Amino acid sequence: MVKPSRSYRVFQGVNGVVLTLVVLVTLYPFTNILARSFSGERQIRAGEVTLLPKGFNLTTYKIVFQDEMFWRNYGNTVLYTVVATAVAMVLTTCYAYVLSKKHLKGRGVLVGIAVFTMFFTGGLIPNYILVTSLGLKNSVWAIALPNAISVFNLLVMKAFFENLPADLEEAAQIDGLSTYGILLRIVLPLSKAVVATMVLFYSVSFWNSWFSAFLYMDQTDLMPVTVYLRNLIQGATGGGNAGAGTEQLSQVGANIQSVTIVLTALPILCVYPFVQRYFVSGVMLGAVKG
Amino acid sequence: MIGNVIAFRRFEPGGSIFGEEWVGLRYVRMFLSDPTFWQVFRNTLWMGGLTLVFCFPIPIVLALLLNEVRRRSLKRFVQSVSYLPHFLSIVIVAGITMQMLASDGPVNHVLGWLGHEPIRFIQEPEWFRTIYVGSEIWQTAGWGTILYLAALTTIDEDLYEAARIDGANRWQQIWHVTLPGIRPTMVTLLILNIGTFMAVGFEKVLLLYNPLTYPTADVISTYVYRAGVESNSFSYAAAIGLFEAIIGLVLITSANQLSRRAVGTSLW
Repeated sequence: MVKPSRSYRVFQGVNGVVLTLVVLVTLYPFTNILARSFSGERQIRAGEVTLLPKGFNLTTYKIVFQDEMFWRNYGNTVLYTVVATAVAMVLTTCYAYVLSKKHLKGRGVLVGIAVFTMFFTGGLIPNYILVTSLGLKNSVWAIALPNAISVFNLLVMKAFFENLPADLEEAAQIDGLSTYGILLRIVLPLSKAVVATMVLFYSVSFWNSWFSAFLYMDQTDLMPVTVYLRNLIQGATGGGNAGAGTEQLSQVGANIQSVTIVLTALPILCVYPFVQRYFVSGVMLGAVKG
Repeated sequence: MIGNVIAFRRFEPGGSIFGEEWVGLRYVRMFLSDPTFWQVFRNTLWMGGLTLVFCFPIPIVLALLLNEVRRRSLKRFVQSVSYLPHFLSIVIVAGITMQMLASDGPVNHVLGWLGHEPIRFIQEPEWFRTIYVGSEIWQTAGWGTILYLAALTTIDEDLYEAARIDGANRWQQIWHVTLPGIRPTMVTLLILNIGTFMAVGFEKVLLLYNPLTYPTADVISTYVYRAGVESNSFSYAAAIGLFEAIIGLVLITSANQLSRRAVGTSLW
């Protein structure tokens, strides 16, 4: 091993500093928002809040916790995520499984149709007209169906199924299992890893999505919490200020956005440390294929 | 089942199945003579260009830096932190961006230290592109390194060994071994980036812009949204949307052809 030169050690030092800066720049907004959400109005307005809360105050949290609409929207997010992920998993698994069969006639065309949509989509307006004319507006299906198959996830799953040993399925066929039996009893139990990754991919993307709901839902009580937050930051609604006194109102006005951001981001931040590596490995799966 | 699946992914051509009659290129002529269209077209090119110039190379640099880190724990920590913004809803990212730039937010706080007047970033058209690209970098740079880091681990150690024996210093090793090693990944991602050039971050623009910043912030997709969904000019908006999609397709196809001829890497 060559002894590290002086300039290389200097470089290592500089590199450490640069990466520390990257970490700080990434994390600072989070800590600042968190600090703001617990701070008093005067300190926020004066721009004194940086890393730690100043003038500790929980009024806004109490107000948001009492806001019925916030909880209803949060419930909607959970509902939409569960339904849409379930639909997406069923459809993606079926499509991917079929595509993984090399003897399928027209397989290339079916793959092509899917891949083509990666580069050329129907566009916002035709989609909107389609969903509206199917009568899906104001229902969970407007969110679940148009996004039911992510082509990326489809290709990852297809690649995974293709790598399963074909002998197993043949053996199962000889033992008298039907096609669905093979899929449910042989293929899926062997694919737990990829299925778990896909569930994560879909649920995070549905949890975070806002635009389909914003586009297809007309009533506020049908909105997911992301749209609640969107209306708040756009100033379209005053947020949960029902029943608040005047001195409370100014406190709420100062940090309701921070509080809502914290509450909306919290579930993702909580599961993030545990699911991160599945995401990375999922992307790798796709990359090897693509 | 398969039939259903395909139906959900089906491409719907410009709404003509729902139309009353054929009007030919009327809507195309209409938007080509619409000054707002040309404004949003220019904005789209600007923002797409800036995104490409900044958001494409930064992950490469970051991945190279991470690759030089010898302490595994430090490397993992930096990776975990920098991936985080990718997992947040774009609404949260927009919310954080606006809070950071608020008149009582940290950015104006720092400006105050420097003796500068507070700037109302969100209302100023001349700041919009900076804000957009900045928040885009914040959100995507870390996650963008994943594929490069994966490609970096596949480079054969022997190549570095050979380069060192030939007397190459660190920079020369990076230039002659590392970069060629990740070139296929770079080209692939570049082609994909060019393909989304016209689409720009539609949702993010929609969340961050407001009528005051339309002169610089309004892009084709947001204009389509307002013309179509808000003003109900469906055919007009769909014509513009189709135009945008076709440009996108042409861009990605030609980028793919070009790279196949030039460096032998292509998507298909």
